[in-house]
Amino acid sequence: MTAAVFFGCAFIAFGPALALYVFTIATDPLRVTFLIAGAFFWLVSLLLPSVFRYLVRIIAENRDGPIQKYLLIFRVLLSVCIQELFRLAYYRLRASEGLKSINPEETAPSMRLLAYVSGLGFGIMSGVFSFVNTLSDSLGPGTVGIHGDSPQFFLNSAFMTLVIILLHVFWGIVFFDGCEKKKWYILLMVLLTHLLVSTQVSVVTVLSVLAELKCRGLSGRFQPNEGHIHGK
Amino acid sequence: MLTFMASDSEEEVCDERTSLMSAESPTSRSCQEGRPGPEDGENMAQWRSQDSEEDCEEDPDGYACSRGPGRPPGLEEELTLKYGAKHVIMLFVPVTLCMIVVVATIKSVRFYTEKNGQLIYTPFTEDTPSVGQRLLNSVLNTLIMISVIVVMTIFLVVLYKYRCYKFIHGWLILSSLMLLFLFTYIYLGEVLKTYNVAMDYPTLFLAVWNFGAVGMVCIHWKGPLVLQQAYLIMISALMALVFIKYLPEWSAWVILGAISVYDLVAVLCPKGPLRMLVETAQERNEPIFPALIYSSAMVWTVGMAKLDPSSQGALQLPYDPEMEEDSYDSFGEPSYPEAFEAPLPGYPGEELEEEEERGVKLGLGDFIFYSVLVGKAAAAGNGDWNTTLACFIAILIGLCLTLLLLAVFKKALPALPISITFGLIFYFSTDNLVRPFMDTLASHQLYI
Repeated sequence: MTAAVFFGCAFIAFGPALALYVFTIATDPLRVTFLIAGAFFWLVSLLLPSVFRYLVRIIAENRDGPIQKYLLIFRVLLSVCIQELFRLAYYRLRASEGLKSINPEETAPSMRLLAYVSGLGFGIMSGVFSFVNTLSDSLGPGTVGIHGDSPQFFLNSAFMTLVIILLHVFWGIVFFDGCEKKKWYILLMVLLTHLLVSTQVSVVTVLSVLAELKCRGLSGRFQPNEGHIHGK
Repeated sequence: MLTFMASDSEEEVCDERTSLMSAESPTSRSCQEGRPGPEDGENMAQWRSQDSEEDCEEDPDGYACSRGPGRPPGLEEELTLKYGAKHVIMLFVPVTLCMIVVVATIKSVRFYTEKNGQLIYTPFTEDTPSVGQRLLNSVLNTLIMISVIVVMTIFLVVLYKYRCYKFIHGWLILSSLMLLFLFTYIYLGEVLKTYNVAMDYPTLFLAVWNFGAVGMVCIHWKGPLVLQQAYLIMISALMALVFIKYLPEWSAWVILGAISVYDLVAVLCPKGPLRMLVETAQERNEPIFPALIYSSAMVWTVGMAKLDPSSQGALQLPYDPEMEEDSYDSFGEPSYPEAFEAPLPGYPGEELEEEEERGVKLGLGDFIFYSVLVGKAAAAGNGDWNTTLACFIAILIGLCLTLLLLAVFKKALPALPISITFGLIFYFSTDNLVRPFMDTLASHQLYI
């Protein structure tokens, strides 16, 4: 695939985040530190469902078909829950220890700013982890959609990544605001919307899986994948 | 190893010892408030004048602990060591740059991922049929490597104790000569081969000669701070690439773990070689010879004939030119705790700096090992960037935490343990657990 696809998708996915970083965060070292801390928290929150997956894999090793699908969806749900938990943990950490130890003489950044920076940290890390392998594959040889899948795989992925990054920023702000004001239903809303976004693709997939099963009967094979790169 | 620098760079007496060192490396004062005053009146005058100067300036990132003996203890509270986020960033940038250079090279130049033999320090091969044998061999390799490093560090401490400065300086100069000329030549050759660019020998000679000569001048003598920092980053990257190429897989990981433990022990234990080095330097009231240490401070001086004193001094790592790589460099550096340097005696009437900025010093060995970890992560993955990124973030967070501890404990700390621990944990967990998960998610276009 061409360099145009690479650069185009890269800038679609990461352009706004990069702009946000350059204009609001890069100037202040404290914010950069918080950004990296947010990214770190997201990474840690990703480790735990992976551990779970590893354990489950030992149990359900060779089953193919719907079981794997449902397991995947379950892992997604679990990881979303854990991410929100880590967002809460980040909030608690920041609120309690304060910023005194890092930068006592300057005024502590407001919680709103912290919410934005942490959301951006989560978002950038999430977007990068989701998309960077796809992006590097787009520089190599291959044809997208040669087996009947959508040829817009890269573009879709890039836009979804963009959306996820921005959503993480918004979720961060809303979440911290809810924590500050002790309105716990806000936290629930954030969790539910996150789950909705993460599973909306898989909901469609599950429905299509069910439809296939219904049409072909249980013995048929099905192709659940929507986007598949060959030559990878 | 991480230390503070108080940027009070006074004038350094120019003698044969210092002629090889760049002008004043801002000495970091120790935070021992109860410390008795300096031995001679000159020092006293200099400290006092610096103290008063520090009063006027507002340096938000001030390392204010070292007010010197003239200050009543009551004022110490407001001057508690604050380690501004600015210093964190001042270290993030060079570490990131070094890692970027290493990762970019690994991903593009095949030479550094090919296995062409091993160093003499890791004689046991890893091409064994059984897993147990391979593990045993890697542990043995690690033991040999670590003992070489320990021996060299002790040798350095002994040389320092018996004041063989010329030997040390000569050794360091030879080591940096090798890095700047030979390794650069090899690197340039491989890069040209990768991109299929032809270069004739005269041009090559000119390029390498200029690069190397300017590097020697900047590192060992005087030069603009930015250039010096750039050269230090380059040589750390070159060293890391050599390690990545020549250390076998499992040995590399075990060595990384073992080195962090060694670093911890050597810097913190009372009988550790590094600690002894510091104490010796303190007794003699002289700065520990500037090692391969990256310094982020800038000091401008007024009314002095010297150029802007970069805080880098002569390379100090004991380096044996016959050896192919100065692996113990890395040790040496983690070993140089600079926090306890006493200020150099300055001329009493001397004009002080117009502007100071305090900074922090990080040993080059830390750069090298961070880059080795990230480079190995980049080389090992099957074109996978997630592992590399995870290790990168883990190392930065470790560095941040170490700086935080530095702010709390106010003395030289080993920079390797926390970062390398996080890096190793994240490497193994991301490679084995997270990567398959993320691959599945990406192919199903699921975003979490």
